[in-house]
Amino acid sequence: MIRFFLTKLDLLIPTFIGVTIVAFGFIRLLPGDPILLLGGERGVSPERYAELQHQLGFDRHIIVQYFDFLTGVLQGDLGTSFSTKQPVMEEFLTLFPATVELSICAMIFATLIGLPAGILAAVKRGTAYDHTVMGISLTGYSMPIFWWGLLLIILFSGMLGWTPVSGRISFMFFFEPVTGFMLIDSLLSGQEGAFRSAVSHLILPTIVLGTIPMAVIARQTRSAMLEVLGEDYIRTARAKGLSPARIIGLHALRNALITVITVFGLQVGVLLAGAILTETIFSWPGVGKWIVDSIFRRDYQSVQGGLVLIACIVMVVNLLVDLTYGIVNPRIRR
Amino acid sequence: MTDLATTPAKGPQPGTFAYQLREFWHYFRENNGAVTGLGFILLITVLAFGADFIAPHAPHEQYRDHLLQPPVWQAGGSWDFLLGTDAVGRDVLSRIIHGSRYSLFIGLVVVTLSLSTGITLGLVAGYVQGPLETFIMRVMDIILAFPSLLLALVLVALLGPGLMNAMIAIAFVLLPHFVRLTRASVISEKERDYVTASKVAGAGHIRLMFVTILPNCMGPLIVQGTLSFSTAILDAAALGFLGMGAQPPTPEWGTMLAEAREFILRAWWVVSFPGLAILLTVLSINLMGDGLRDALDPKLKRS
Repeated sequence: MIRFFLTKLDLLIPTFIGVTIVAFGFIRLLPGDPILLLGGERGVSPERYAELQHQLGFDRHIIVQYFDFLTGVLQGDLGTSFSTKQPVMEEFLTLFPATVELSICAMIFATLIGLPAGILAAVKRGTAYDHTVMGISLTGYSMPIFWWGLLLIILFSGMLGWTPVSGRISFMFFFEPVTGFMLIDSLLSGQEGAFRSAVSHLILPTIVLGTIPMAVIARQTRSAMLEVLGEDYIRTARAKGLSPARIIGLHALRNALITVITVFGLQVGVLLAGAILTETIFSWPGVGKWIVDSIFRRDYQSVQGGLVLIACIVMVVNLLVDLTYGIVNPRIRR
Repeated sequence: MTDLATTPAKGPQPGTFAYQLREFWHYFRENNGAVTGLGFILLITVLAFGADFIAPHAPHEQYRDHLLQPPVWQAGGSWDFLLGTDAVGRDVLSRIIHGSRYSLFIGLVVVTLSLSTGITLGLVAGYVQGPLETFIMRVMDIILAFPSLLLALVLVALLGPGLMNAMIAIAFVLLPHFVRLTRASVISEKERDYVTASKVAGAGHIRLMFVTILPNCMGPLIVQGTLSFSTAILDAAALGFLGMGAQPPTPEWGTMLAEAREFILRAWWVVSFPGLAILLTVLSINLMGDGLRDALDPKLKRS
């Protein structure tokens, strides 16, 4: 198991270095001089320019700059944002819980609906129910989620007036963040209606972000279940006279879940990409919206740091999935 | 199956391209969803080619007396503008019809770019192996470490917003899937007897790679290509929506959505229809992709 872990980790290091090179390269290749942008509309005097250049380290050799950057990354220092003058790492960490909260809720939503729907579709293979589930799943998979979000806003916020359009909680409530997760913080604050407000703000983004994972989970669960249900040991279980519920729920599902775990891991990249769109539509103050805003503000330092951090998250989660996979299915450890 | 097998005299002979096509169609036809998808894509293609004749109005024509007019079935709608007009009085239906051109064009360009580059890199990686292979695959791992839309977004920021750059960025982001797929099939095909036979007969490396091995790896690549077609359309629309793709007043569906965003609570039609067009197109392509997979996968065929 440890060797399995080390081989996986071994693959990760070159990828990590590659990621830092890519992120570092972008900031140097992007059009526009960051120092002139920093100066704003008033412009920068030549002396000030040289000073800033020196301060930011742009006057040194590019290789030296890269190694400075890499050392910084390894120490958790990603530089200072051009626009807010805050450390990039700090900004990311304040906004990250919002994205995590949304992503977790989206995954719970996707699993709660996708998993049972997929299992039932496999069990009732070929029936109208199966066709309906697969039809909905393919539609969900093909959904342009930015449009889906707008559509839900029209329906639930515009026509029915049930849910708010943007943000994480109503402006009526204010409390110091403790965990950064609005659902928990609003409960801890003890203010009446705060939790309700947080939930109502969360519902639509959750559905929007969870739609594609839900479709993928339903589809994969169905095909994994179909494969497992055809195995000999299921026939044996049937012959022994076990109840269908026990066969499906205990014997078949356990093996089908191996496939589903992989799907889970693969969805992290999808979730982060989806978060960019979902957070933009709902003005959700998470890292997805932050990085889009940074790109538009030409805040290169933030974009560079954000790219490294997000890629690291994807890599770590993929590593964890690989490890879980190795634990659940000893055959692939080799 | 039986009618094909028992009547070999009628129609094309086994082994010919026409026969393969017929066999393919035989399996493809069984999947109702795939045929529906194909039908819709053909319809979109007709619309795209004939947009100038089919669309009731020019896509940029502004009717100042008809700003934000609702679709025909709602109070205030008129038969002149079946799906209503947008905030500057342009006909939504005509813009959607013209937009089909962009979507098909985007899909075609992105898949061609990505598929050709990906196949070449994958072939080289799988055939040559050694350090070059490691290098190519590591680079693909790096691309895959970023969420695709984020990487595309940053690339477009780098190249400058616009449709062409958006297409290049999306093609780049889709590359790893083709490279990995090609490499995997090449590695499994490389040791087969027919490749050795060809080598013994004196075939050079280029011939072995592109003429001997590649045709036998095409099945999964065609399926992946179809699915990437839909991803390309979705991602291009997403970039357009974020303001980084096609620029207004281009009637690209995602860009139309971005322009319409501020009117969502006042005029539902300016938002609903362009998005519906994206959804239906992508759904049709995915349905077709499923059918293709069933028809091209020899393992599923005989079961």
